[in-house]
Amino acid sequence: MLNTGKTSFPVHPLTLLTACLLAMAPALTGCNKKADAPASNEILIGHYGSLTGATATFGQSAQMGIEMAVDAINASGGVLGKQLKLLVEDDQGKPEEAQTVATKLINKDRVVALLGEIASSNSLAAAPVAQSNRIPMISPGSTNPKVTQVGDYIFRVCFIDPFQGLVMAKFATNTLKLKNVAVLRDIKSDYSVGLANFFVENFAKLGGTVVTDISYSAGDKDFTAQLTAIKAKHPDGIFIPGYYTEVGLIALQARKLGITVTLMGGDGWDSSDLWKIGGAALNGCYYSNHYSVDDPNPILRKFVADFKERHKNTADTIPDAMAALGYDAALILADAMKRANSTQPDSVRMALAQTKGFMGVTGSISLDEHRDAIKPAVVLEVKVDDKGNGRNVFKETVSP
Amino acid sequence: MESFLQQLINGISLGSIYALVALGYTMVYGVLRLINFAHGDVYMLGAYFGFYLSRVIQGRTPSHLLDAAAVMLLSMLGCAVCGLAMERFAYRPVRKASRLTMLIIAIGLSLLIENASQLIFGANPKFFPQLIPETHIQLGGLMLTNQQVIVLLTAVTLMVLLNLFIYRSRTGKAMRAVSFNLDAAKLMGIDTDRIIALTFALGSALAAAGGILVSINIPGIDPLMGVMTGLKAFVAAVLGGIGNIFGAVLGGLILGLAEVMVAGYGSSTYRDAIAFLILIVILLFKPSGLLGKGQVEKV
Repeated sequence: MLNTGKTSFPVHPLTLLTACLLAMAPALTGCNKKADAPASNEILIGHYGSLTGATATFGQSAQMGIEMAVDAINASGGVLGKQLKLLVEDDQGKPEEAQTVATKLINKDRVVALLGEIASSNSLAAAPVAQSNRIPMISPGSTNPKVTQVGDYIFRVCFIDPFQGLVMAKFATNTLKLKNVAVLRDIKSDYSVGLANFFVENFAKLGGTVVTDISYSAGDKDFTAQLTAIKAKHPDGIFIPGYYTEVGLIALQARKLGITVTLMGGDGWDSSDLWKIGGAALNGCYYSNHYSVDDPNPILRKFVADFKERHKNTADTIPDAMAALGYDAALILADAMKRANSTQPDSVRMALAQTKGFMGVTGSISLDEHRDAIKPAVVLEVKVDDKGNGRNVFKETVSP
Repeated sequence: MESFLQQLINGISLGSIYALVALGYTMVYGVLRLINFAHGDVYMLGAYFGFYLSRVIQGRTPSHLLDAAAVMLLSMLGCAVCGLAMERFAYRPVRKASRLTMLIIAIGLSLLIENASQLIFGANPKFFPQLIPETHIQLGGLMLTNQQVIVLLTAVTLMVLLNLFIYRSRTGKAMRAVSFNLDAAKLMGIDTDRIIALTFALGSALAAAGGILVSINIPGIDPLMGVMTGLKAFVAAVLGGIGNIFGAVLGGLILGLAEVMVAGYGSSTYRDAIAFLILIVILLFKPSGLLGKGQVEKV
């Protein structure tokens, strides 16, 4: 205790008042700064993502892609004569943290635009913050339709789950000739629940039967109960629209229980950690994704080569879809600022909404009236050797 | 029927891990009347020790089983030391203080270990190496792996050994005496400090074994893996009657089976909810737990 006085009100009222004023001062000057528009030579943009936690590779990959784009833009003269400055915050893959760090980036760091997140639940938690502060937000990889429905400041550079669910339902019916499929969804994730619903709806329309549709919760480790129940229904395939940590464990446990049928999933599988955890259990499984690293498109070849060069001394030499989407999101943001000839959030928002035929590494990106990108999807086959070294083999492209 | 038997095996595997962790809760409660909330985190530490140890040990011994045994024993030893340190530096200094003080320290310790582990080990999940190559065992329509069998046998062996130790050895007798009445035990010449320390070491070693056994079957480990398992093991201990060794094992098995049956036949969404509901119902009818003796609290 600093104050040793015996009075019941140990702090002098004037001290309190001074303290209050001092506390308010930075906030007041902060407001003034915003009104005057910063004279600095930098444009602040923020990225919030899961740099740690159960979906860590999503945030890390997106960050690698965004950094690469920002460096490329700055090297070629920046935007409107200014350099982009990227601020990054870790949300640990938790929705409540995503909301906190997005608030911090907007209110404390005063970024003019936000990039993030991959996991839809996290984007959904942060989007209302961006919307109410009128700061444009571009999600690189959240596919749940609800994300951009939050408001007109929320954009994305990827396709949405109604399309992804259709792609996998078509692939299961037409290519794999599956008739009876079981669905195992993550009840805690907006992404997983949404994608599972769209798959079930489309698979039934195409004449297939969903023999059982059960769930798990993100963070679970033991899936034997659900898998035993699935095994009893004798499906010829299992659709698991979850994230890679759980999917890897599910694949392992399914094989342990003697379930040999094909497992299928969505872009939440796209992580090198999937191979590390699931290993050979994942051989011959399929998932839909935003791009294939083997695509001959020259823009993409250059991106893959640059990425390899940039990370040649690390383990990450092959960019996954989240890195490519992060790269595209940052480029589209810079492009919108150039077209708006301003970094004012409202002008940037209007320019973003008019994005048409932008040639990104994940294909040509046009945003529709719902601020979603209309893009083709690819289906990849997972191949893993005994040492856990995996690669994805391109199977087919499906256009909307 | 096949599917039911398979679920039974799933439930027993899961339950045996809860039982191993629950034993630590119940033993410490027996001697100190303390719920050691940091116990679930010792389970996590056990898995991490195993993770790092297996990098060093794997391939150095003649067989895979010896590899696994060495990893498990060393990791148990490591956690026993952690348990001793916890008792000596966090709980012993406040043993005379009110029970609430110890409880708060336990919660603080748990948070400290969880967050320090995220700093030290990293917050990303790690993948436990495959210590024992997997082979499948087909029993009629049932599907087992050698790993599941080894895990189950090891868990049962550890529980039998613990039981022999507590009911057949002099030190075990001293432990029971301390649990019965600490002051009287002290008067009879039992070194109660040593017994309490030993209880922590033993409980922590069992938790470490649980952590390794789980990781052999399910290779994903992360710094927060002890939170839910710790909570469920605590529930198992209370369910069986906290302070009672058999109760902890019984509670663990009931909880494991309940969870698996709910997820397999009911709705997996309510897996945890129903498991905890069972706890509430049992405690409503038998507040001291299934095998617990009703005690008159001295005021």
